[in-house]
Amino acid sequence: MSEETKKTKIGYYPGCAITKCSTSEEYGTSVLGVSRVIGPELVEIDDWNCCGASSGHATNHKLSTALSVRNISLAEKDGYDEVLAPCPMCSQRLIVSQDDVEKDEKLREEVEDAIEMPISNNVKVSNYLEIVKNYSMDEIAEKQKKKPEGLKVASYYGCLLVRPPKILKFDDPEDPKTMDEIVTAIGAEAVDWEFKTSCCGGGFTLSRTDVVVKLTNDILEGAADAGANAIAVACPMCHANLDMKQNNIEKETGRRFNIPIVYISELIGLALGLNPKDLGMDKHFIDTGSVINAFSNIEK
Amino acid sequence: MSKKIGVFVCHCGTNISATVDVEKVAEEAKKNNPGVSYTTTYKYMCSDPGQKLLRDKIKEEGLDGVVVAACSPKMHEHTFRNASKKAGMNPYHVEISNLREQCSWVHPDKPTGTEKSVDLVRMMTEKTRKDKSLNPIKVPVTKRALVIGGGIAGIQAALDIADAGHEVIMVEREASIGGHMAQLSETFPTLDCSQCIMTPKMVELAQNENITLYTWSEIEAVDGYLGNFDVKIRKKARSVDLDLCTGCSSCWQVCPSKKIKSEFDMGLGKRTAIYIPFPQAIPSKPVLDREHCLLFKDARKKNIPPNDSKVCRKCLDICPIAPVKAIDYTQEDEIITEKIGAIVVATGYKELDDISMYGEYGGGKYKDVITGLQFERLASASGPSEGEIQRPSDGKVPEIIVFIQCVGSRDPAKGCSYCSKTCCMYTAKHTMLYKHKVHHGHAYVFYIDIRCPGKGYEEFSLRAIEEEGATYLRGRVSRVYKKGDKLVVLGADTLTGSVVEIEADMVVLASAMKAQDDAEKFAQKLSIQYDKDKFFSEIHPKLKPVESSSAGIFLAGTCQGPKDIPETVAQAGAAASKVLALLSADELEREPVVAKVDRLPAPIFSTCIGCFYCQRVCPYGAIESEDIKARDGSTIKTVARVNEGLCQGCGLCAATCRSKSVELAGFNDEQVYAEINSVEFN
Amino acid sequence: MSKAEAKPENQFEPKIIAFLCNWCTYAGADLAGTGRKEYQANVRIIKLPCTGGIDPLFLIKAFERGADGILVSGCHPGDCHYNSGNYHARRRWNVFRPLLEFCGINPDRIQFSWISAAEGGKWVETINGIVDAVRELGPFESYQKLNTIGPETSGGAADASSETG
Repeated sequence: MSEETKKTKIGYYPGCAITKCSTSEEYGTSVLGVSRVIGPELVEIDDWNCCGASSGHATNHKLSTALSVRNISLAEKDGYDEVLAPCPMCSQRLIVSQDDVEKDEKLREEVEDAIEMPISNNVKVSNYLEIVKNYSMDEIAEKQKKKPEGLKVASYYGCLLVRPPKILKFDDPEDPKTMDEIVTAIGAEAVDWEFKTSCCGGGFTLSRTDVVVKLTNDILEGAADAGANAIAVACPMCHANLDMKQNNIEKETGRRFNIPIVYISELIGLALGLNPKDLGMDKHFIDTGSVINAFSNIEK
Repeated sequence: MSKKIGVFVCHCGTNISATVDVEKVAEEAKKNNPGVSYTTTYKYMCSDPGQKLLRDKIKEEGLDGVVVAACSPKMHEHTFRNASKKAGMNPYHVEISNLREQCSWVHPDKPTGTEKSVDLVRMMTEKTRKDKSLNPIKVPVTKRALVIGGGIAGIQAALDIADAGHEVIMVEREASIGGHMAQLSETFPTLDCSQCIMTPKMVELAQNENITLYTWSEIEAVDGYLGNFDVKIRKKARSVDLDLCTGCSSCWQVCPSKKIKSEFDMGLGKRTAIYIPFPQAIPSKPVLDREHCLLFKDARKKNIPPNDSKVCRKCLDICPIAPVKAIDYTQEDEIITEKIGAIVVATGYKELDDISMYGEYGGGKYKDVITGLQFERLASASGPSEGEIQRPSDGKVPEIIVFIQCVGSRDPAKGCSYCSKTCCMYTAKHTMLYKHKVHHGHAYVFYIDIRCPGKGYEEFSLRAIEEEGATYLRGRVSRVYKKGDKLVVLGADTLTGSVVEIEADMVVLASAMKAQDDAEKFAQKLSIQYDKDKFFSEIHPKLKPVESSSAGIFLAGTCQGPKDIPETVAQAGAAASKVLALLSADELEREPVVAKVDRLPAPIFSTCIGCFYCQRVCPYGAIESEDIKARDGSTIKTVARVNEGLCQGCGLCAATCRSKSVELAGFNDEQVYAEINSVEFN
Repeated sequence: MSKAEAKPENQFEPKIIAFLCNWCTYAGADLAGTGRKEYQANVRIIKLPCTGGIDPLFLIKAFERGADGILVSGCHPGDCHYNSGNYHARRRWNVFRPLLEFCGINPDRIQFSWISAAEGGKWVETINGIVDAVRELGPFESYQKLNTIGPETSGGAADASSETG
């Protein structure tokens, strides 16, 4: 089983948000760092481009579909049958585009014309939680070096990992469990809370700060009320809003949450004994020291 | 020898003629077909003048075969066969070409539809040429009806049949009759107390001498056919002898297992292991729940006969009946067989109770998110809180209550696309019951549409809003979550275009009426059809609303689809009248579509080689063996014979027969080959 | 034979014979009609009480007469009006299918399906599916051609022989 897993090579699609020197670099760094220890082997897709999210699919459906599908066709050309897109905006765009060309023959032809490559749709696009759950749970148990003490984690999935459920078919859209399983597997407590898939405000962070402050406040309050002392995320957008808006919330409401927002890959990395700095944990707005310090070596 | 066939092409108003050139169809039918001696078209063949035309032409033209090219044979085959019979022609020389359902309604292109219609008429013309005269089979009728299910539908049907003087057997799988109606607190639109109008009917049924009641019993198997069903009933072990028991209540008062969730109270109240489901139960005699009884649990654990366990015998000890006690731990299931002439299926519905599929509403997660039937029990004087509205978690009286409509209805995303029909009305009723009991409280209702078509229904729902002050919000709820001891309901008010956030004490989901969990299996037992939602299908939604697809089996109440009490009672009455029509005859006529093994003159006698493969495939045991004897009494050969009374005409035997000795009347090889051969191929 | 104008010129229109049971699929096809659900007009229905009563020779006969495809459709497992007729049909089909293959008949030309009285939509999908599939396969000439061999072959054989398989 573990021999098999090590051999699995998966196409890695970073996307703009988590590639080197971008705003959420630490997510990408930690995903790659963790995969070097527990697999599966991730190899960056050659010549990848924008997934066509946000402005792309808001303005031109065909363009955004072509952008997305090109990445998949590249992966196929490189011989991968599975692609990891850790950013849920990317994974969602890739999967939805696959579905669009599957259902619309005309669009498919136009896109094939545009990208000058055939579309076979034989490549499975996965989000990071799926990859960990499908390939690495045994490896985590095997290679774990540190265990957290008193770490209560609220798993926050946001909207894009599970929606639209009919197309993504990932976990229960109302009450997903995959991240909680991973949190539990590394020995932290997964708190039961109410805001797992609530909206964080997404791209309105600059244009409608008032809305985003209200929404993130609800989420942070929900996590705090459930007794969480950290929130785990798997999305750069969720991370940015929850991490950055805590100051704005304090200004508005006077309440300072000071809850560290960590990527699930960072948590796994800590459990594997990786250096917090190598995981990018010094790049957060809210200090992650309390999370790092919760981990201590397992007595063997 | 050649038949004189008449072809009658129906316009069906414009239903057929709009997309099929009926004149051309009639013309083509005659072309190159010397057998067709008369063709015509007519606006409405099924109308009285249309049928008269058919009768007249049979006589005038001396027709001995008729093709009516019209709608599905399921609609009017019967009509046209009857008309031909009146004109003196054997009705089984009439065939129907289904131009409406198979051409005009599905192929809008006229030349295409016409071409196919010509083909279909030719196929039936050739089949008609091979039709043989058949005579209906007469069968005797057992003058006894079976009613399955003891809710309001079953009770009404049973009483109507019994009052007309016929015997009725009622089978109810629960310990008492009464069904869901007995659980309701009040009924819309009159706010009549449900039990007050229900219990007299239950008592009337129990006292009716024509009715035999089997509670705690289920249908095991149904064999036979119209007028002559053999029904096996499983009387489940009740552990209580109904003849001896007086219903004195001593046993359930001493039973130490007092914390079992009451099914009747939808899990909100508690009951004992030996119990009657509710005070007005009929029969008012207990049943022992072997799953929860301490004695049976112990016996199962130790793997000993229950009677050998000494853990708890309190109910037996206290039973005052002497010398033989009414409680019997050794009782076993008993199978009884009854001869039945006609059956009413009134097995009812099941409320959507797996509300955990609505995680967004906190279904199954929060105790204070309850279903409509649970609210009925809370509001009922005989309920767990004796009619006081208390929330299940802490008994607090809810001051803000939110009702969410269409839970499990009109929601294709969750696999339930239909409207449950009653929820709008019962939610309006709930807001009133709530307001009458909690004067200072406030009710909110989230709805998609308010559907209240019924006598007094619109006025009733307006009363909830205008007089009783319920706030109706048009929109869906996106989420319910807990905050402290409140349930925060997030929803949309689409009329003002705003987001609504209500901090409620309790949430009531107007959960849908679903088919019973075992509806599919049950339908298969009875060989009746069911729809995509597992409700049983009537033959025709408008004109045969209570007939199932199996002759002699009728449908009443919510097993056929969601409906309210008035509609259920009306349908039960209709089913009863259908049963009465059947039972009023001494003999019934059955379609002569049965199999026959050939008989030939000596010395062959029959081409049957006696392999009896037909016997092995026959689902009805209708194949018998017959010895063909010589004059001296010695057996020449043993061949198969079909018992016409048992044969249902499936044709399995004919398809299985290796020597082609069996034919199915109405569908014999000649007829089928005639159809195949007459299709015009490219 | 003239075809509808809307169709592409010279498009091959297969003829499909459908053997249906009276209780489920025939009623399902009726429901498609009542619901005005449009489908391709290439099918000719032959109604029998039960799929279990379908003699394999009926299917052979249909091919021999010139059918390009055949559908046999009845009640879902467990739903048979006669309790077990559809199971017999399925068993017979399981034996008959390899036999067809053995004889060189492409089994894709015969489909077997379960369609209930409530599944008007499925009827439409099934018919459109088999018509498209058989259109793709082309006319069933190899068998039909044999039918035209003999002393009195007429004009029909001319187009059939223009294409070799």
